[in-house]
Amino acid sequence: MNEQALKDLLFRMADDLLILGHRNSEWTGLGPLLEEDIAFSSMAQDKIGQSLALYKLLHDLGEAAPDPLAFTRPATAFKNCQLVELPNEEYDFSLVRHFLFDTADALRWEALAQSAYEPLAQLARKVRGELRYHTLHANTWMKQLGSATPESKQRLQQSLDRLAPFALGMFETTPAEKAIVENKIFQGEQILFEQWCVQVNQVLTTAGLTPPDWAACKPIHGGRQGIHSVHLSPLLTEMTAVFSIDPNAEW
Amino acid sequence: MTTSTNPTKEQVLTWLEEVKDPEIPVLSLVDLGVITDVEVREDAVTVSMTPTFVGCPAIDHMKSEVIRVLLEKGIQQPLVNINLKQSWSSDRITERGRQALKSFGYAPPPSTAFIQHDLDILEHAACPRCNGTRTEMRSPFGPTLCRSLHYCYDCREAFEQFKPL
Repeated sequence: MNEQALKDLLFRMADDLLILGHRNSEWTGLGPLLEEDIAFSSMAQDKIGQSLALYKLLHDLGEAAPDPLAFTRPATAFKNCQLVELPNEEYDFSLVRHFLFDTADALRWEALAQSAYEPLAQLARKVRGELRYHTLHANTWMKQLGSATPESKQRLQQSLDRLAPFALGMFETTPAEKAIVENKIFQGEQILFEQWCVQVNQVLTTAGLTPPDWAACKPIHGGRQGIHSVHLSPLLTEMTAVFSIDPNAEW
Repeated sequence: MTTSTNPTKEQVLTWLEEVKDPEIPVLSLVDLGVITDVEVREDAVTVSMTPTFVGCPAIDHMKSEVIRVLLEKGIQQPLVNINLKQSWSSDRITERGRQALKSFGYAPPPSTAFIQHDLDILEHAACPRCNGTRTEMRSPFGPTLCRSLHYCYDCREAFEQFKPL
């Protein structure tokens, strides 16, 4: 097992989930319907719990404990894709991001259930069931709002077209990619991207929306190398505000 | 107090029936299915547990309750090992656990064999109050990670279902 390659993948996944979990949690108290307020809050809880499980795997491999990993690293050390760090706008924006991300995340965990790294495979066999509720939620709303009113349809299409290049950034590879695939830790980003395209396009078409021309869309890369938009640092400052007051506090 | 003889695995499981789900005080951890193994060695008892959902915030509380009960029963070295070796599924809830859920007002989860390919089964949960099936799912996310929100058109009441997972 190539441990560096394994850690590279774990950091990317854990950081994606922590940051998107934080963005989802920003809907708590502000959702457009009580049910949606609860849904985004629950998905936040799931994602932050899943990120904790991944940071624990990293800790078992010799990295710092989960709290310092989550709360003391600078933005440049975070390996999340830029899609997850963008600030929430209106509900359509968060819904489309949730749909694009969770479709990929569900496929990623499904594939990881076969990982050669058994602790990750065990976690994946657990998490893949949880993700079904996230994709069910996303698909239901995409289909409902895609055919509700001209305004709802237009909003979803606009958010989709804007987020498409960021979504492709989810599949940005790192120098560890070859070792990850060769060691059978994960099937690799290219296969995931192809599976994702099929799934996403199918739901979008059913929803009456126009799938972006993925081949012509230029991905926004950088996140996997620690290059981020201007939005990540303020998020980290806010997320770590309480922790920073007393990093050694016992909770 | 010390026990003169080591307890059996079955005895430990009986003791653990005292420990209830912190959100559903009629449902024991044994009936919930989160206790995956009990190992008895001299005066040490190791209980293996697994969370319902990875992000479940109640697992630490459950762990300390298990340790408290084992100490009360005279076990010198109670240990709880939380792992995913045998991961939780709603199919692990016992028949007694399902009855407890229903009596508490929650629809028990359908078998996960039905949701492998289609989550539509969630749409028609039987109402735990009137057993009506003219129900719809209002949201797959409820007050805790393990419950979804439903509405019954027969008795016109909202209810929750323990999610199949």
